[in-house]
Amino acid sequence: MSDKKKDEILYDHNHDGIDRRGFLKCMAWAGTGTFCVIKGGVLNSYGLSRIAEMDPADMKGELSFAQISDSHMGFNKPANTDVVGTLKAAVDKINALKMQPEFMLHTGDISHLSKPEEFDTVDQILKGAKPKDIFYVPGEHDVLNDDGKQFLERYGKGSKGAGWYSFEKKGVHFIGLVNVMNLKAGGLGTLGHDQLEWLEDDVKHLTKSTPIVVFAHIPLWSVYPEWGWGTEDSAQALTYLKKFGSVTVLNGHIHQTMQKVEGNVTFHTASSTAFPQPQPGKADSPGPMKVPAEQLRGLLGITDVNFVRGQQALSIVDSSLG
Amino acid sequence: MNGKLKRLRIGLGCAAVLVAGVSAASYANGARQKTASDGTGTQVKIDNFTFAPVTLTIPVGTTVQWVNRDDIPHTVVSDDKSTIKSKALDTDENFSYTFTKAGTYSYFCSIHPKMTGKVVVQ
Repeated sequence: MSDKKKDEILYDHNHDGIDRRGFLKCMAWAGTGTFCVIKGGVLNSYGLSRIAEMDPADMKGELSFAQISDSHMGFNKPANTDVVGTLKAAVDKINALKMQPEFMLHTGDISHLSKPEEFDTVDQILKGAKPKDIFYVPGEHDVLNDDGKQFLERYGKGSKGAGWYSFEKKGVHFIGLVNVMNLKAGGLGTLGHDQLEWLEDDVKHLTKSTPIVVFAHIPLWSVYPEWGWGTEDSAQALTYLKKFGSVTVLNGHIHQTMQKVEGNVTFHTASSTAFPQPQPGKADSPGPMKVPAEQLRGLLGITDVNFVRGQQALSIVDSSLG
Repeated sequence: MNGKLKRLRIGLGCAAVLVAGVSAASYANGARQKTASDGTGTQVKIDNFTFAPVTLTIPVGTTVQWVNRDDIPHTVVSDDKSTIKSKALDTDENFSYTFTKAGTYSYFCSIHPKMTGKVVVQ
């Protein structure tokens, strides 16, 4: 069987260009230094070694941005004793992209313990990135002990509530959501009533053809509720986005790449730049995963996203730091 | 599913009964702090995203100490988010709270809310 044949979609029950086997295969590859591209709603997977063979024109879009996540500055346990080095490697990776991203998203857990010096270090390293605009949403590690006050002071200028906001770039509507505040015993991530109301109002006047990109720390789909990898009221948020032809949801939190396509919505989680976490249910707990030193950078990475007008879905490329 | 997660799920299923407004209670936050009641029976270990024991039964006046053995910070916060409220505990840091009134105290980790536990004060 040729490579091409192996990657054909065999059971596309939802007519979304992805079958279970393809999804699982992509998940498995994602953890071993490969990347997946979704284009026109169809999932394409390639080994990292083939990135050089790809025609840059195929990847070219009208808007390109990079996502980094979970830099956990201050973490110094065996899973990665050099989170400064790996964040710098992520910046180098972004700076080396053939098509320069216009801006960056950081999907939270900037710091490990919400310490001012941790935020300072990340800010200093990210100054070295070619894209100068960086949009943030908080992770639960960024709002420890002060209900997110420091995060808002540093990164939340012009935002609403606990730090949510939206902005436009070349006709694409970006929405940064906060789902790490006011968590309840036994529960998952939470958006809360005020934020949901704001979201409904924020997208009400947009035309159906406006491409939407939502970014938040904890996945807005049920990845693995047993480990808290999901958001209680994400279904409500998604009902407000139903009318749109193209919705891309970008998350972090789980320190591994994973994706799912459901109707017009593409869900995607980014790697961490700090340490990997186990696949759902594959360990006693979701704690940091210690891997042999030579494998670490293959499990950390960045995400590069391209929007091509006229195509239904944005193209998402994960690449490892290794 | 491993045993720890099973125990956690059972913990989640328990009815949450909370006694609020324990004004005389005292608590302290600190690294490697020893309390007079340090030892078996009054210590809750946080390991692998689990409180152990998940339910601790103690007499009134006991100081309970939680110690974090994970590589990730955790907190100890009562369900009402005010009676018991620790700061984020990094690896090997601990937190103590003295229970001065009888009742059932349900608590969780406010960073990882799937982690829940209970202290029964008799």
